Amino acid sequence: MAQHGIEAHEHKLVPLQTRSERPRSTSISDFPELSNRQEIWRYLPMDRLQGLDAEVIGEVTQSELSIALSGAVTANWIDSSEQIVGTAGLPEDRISAIAWTNASKTLLVEVPSDQEIAEPVFLTLKLEELAAKALHIFVKVGANAKATIVLDHIGQGFLAENVEILLDPGANLDFVSIQDWDNGSSHVSNQFTRLGRDSTLKHVVVSLGGDLVRVTPSVALDSPGAEIQMYGVFLADSKNYFEHRPYVDHIAENCVSNVAYKGALQGAGAHTVWVGDVLIRETAIGTNSYELNRNLLLTDGARADSVPNLEIETGKIEGAGHASASGRFDDEQLFYLMARGIGDTEAKRLVVRGFLNEVVQKVGISQVEDRLIASIEQGLEKAGV
Amino acid sequence: MATLEIKNLHVSVDTDQGKKQILRGVDLVVKSGETHAIMGPNGSGKSTLAYSIAGHPKYEITEGEILLDGQNVLEMAVDERAKAGLFLAMQYPVEVPGVSVSNFLRTAKTALDGEAPKLREWIGDLKHAMKNLRMDPDFTERNVNEGFSGGEKKRHEILQLELLKPKIAILDETDSGLDVDALKVVSEGVNRAKEETGLGVLLITHYTRILRYIEPDFVHVFVAGKVAEQGGPELAERLEAEGYDRYLKTEA
Repeated sequence: MAQHGIEAHEHKLVPLQTRSERPRSTSISDFPELSNRQEIWRYLPMDRLQGLDAEVIGEVTQSELSIALSGAVTANWIDSSEQIVGTAGLPEDRISAIAWTNASKTLLVEVPSDQEIAEPVFLTLKLEELAAKALHIFVKVGANAKATIVLDHIGQGFLAENVEILLDPGANLDFVSIQDWDNGSSHVSNQFTRLGRDSTLKHVVVSLGGDLVRVTPSVALDSPGAEIQMYGVFLADSKNYFEHRPYVDHIAENCVSNVAYKGALQGAGAHTVWVGDVLIRETAIGTNSYELNRNLLLTDGARADSVPNLEIETGKIEGAGHASASGRFDDEQLFYLMARGIGDTEAKRLVVRGFLNEVVQKVGISQVEDRLIASIEQGLEKAGV
Repeated sequence: MATLEIKNLHVSVDTDQGKKQILRGVDLVVKSGETHAIMGPNGSGKSTLAYSIAGHPKYEITEGEILLDGQNVLEMAVDERAKAGLFLAMQYPVEVPGVSVSNFLRTAKTALDGEAPKLREWIGDLKHAMKNLRMDPDFTERNVNEGFSGGEKKRHEILQLELLKPKIAILDETDSGLDVDALKVVSEGVNRAKEETGLGVLLITHYTRILRYIEPDFVHVFVAGKVAEQGGPELAERLEAEGYDRYLKTEA
């Protein structure tokens, strides 16, 4: 077994040999209390949790989540005890178990089989009170259906969230999770996805605001021929702590995964963490996998942690690779642009826009792209770049 | 008429072993319409001269002057030098990911002119210049220098030269890595710019090959950071026959 990024595992209390050995349970007591001594929480600013780690928290009310449906897509609040809940994934950490236990209702969004939904579905969450709350969303896309769903988090609030995404065979979903919280917000989200045979998921994470935002998108590739593209783009300023932990579990044959997260940081105290886990199991013959994280530090005092972990248990794969880099502006790029008459500020903006553009262009939803570009411009303005 | 004057230029760079002097007193005058070839062996300081004129932060001017029409170039920021009319076609143009050629060219043109070019006129000029350089129309949608072949990079540099219309251009080994056909296309571009705008050219090269297509009025031989010999086009022919050995021996 090859394992890269071994330094990430130094502080584990009980060293796990592989990512898949993490316990899965809906029961809070199965997980230890949060501590920076545990690898999965090692970077987290505990003082910003705002009660999200309490065993009993509130629940998001139906009026706090507005739903704009499209075509034949349906959305219904169901009891969380229904059988479908938990079929895409189960909690792997304590906050996820807390959110699971405290959300008595689950919003079930269903895309019927064989339906091609042209316009995106928007789910917009705006919490109405400042108290830790739990939310559970289940997205089910029927066989050979095609849809786009945008989950948008705005306003101020404290949220512990589980999102399950289940794709039936041949289904195709673009799912975008936007974290555009006001200052003073904390959000921990686990997004479990399970892909049916030959299905395709594009999962996009956009983090723009929040004191603490932690998103853990995970995918179980347990049916052959499935493909996942995981993209992330984030812009963190001095108020923000963003943590993204994508996890791809290659179980079945001939699946494809591509993870690309790019972020820009500005201002003292801005902190982002990216931990990308890819596990290619012995059964995952013919896997093609790549993960990448790049961070651009625009000013002094910002910090980006980037840890790619790649575990490969079979040699019979198409390819597996990872790349990670964090750095300042490239002086040679700036020189090249300025040597053509472009001013210092404009040159820096071009470089940042270009840097993030690579991922922004992949979003493919014009409303979301426009908002992202506007946010990037605003952020650059603030940074004095 | 523009005049670029380089007087007693001394330049050093920081290396791991400390400061290293590269240029040791260069004197040169380039006027509009003139073509000066700077030739010399590797490591003689040719590229350092090019980057020093353009203002690359790596190079420290320890002595001497650079003037463009009497204005002190050394006091200008990199973009101000471009605005004053200087242009450097780079030997190794860098990639700028996510920035399309079309966006880059329009941004540069706007910065140089102080206003955005009229769209229809601009697109016409761009198409025309690209056709002349035998460039594919969809080239403009690619990201700046990303995945470009050696030839594409050089054509892209000359495309900028033709569109941005500087007064004096420094071509830093524009011929390197080009096959004969690409060399001809690129040379035609430089000659067009000379004809149309009276461009002054400082042509830096290791080989005489490009001088068959871009005729120099003056040839300067660079050795160990200064001009060792200068003359007319006949000097290039002599170099072709004899190589640089003669100068290097004198140095030793």
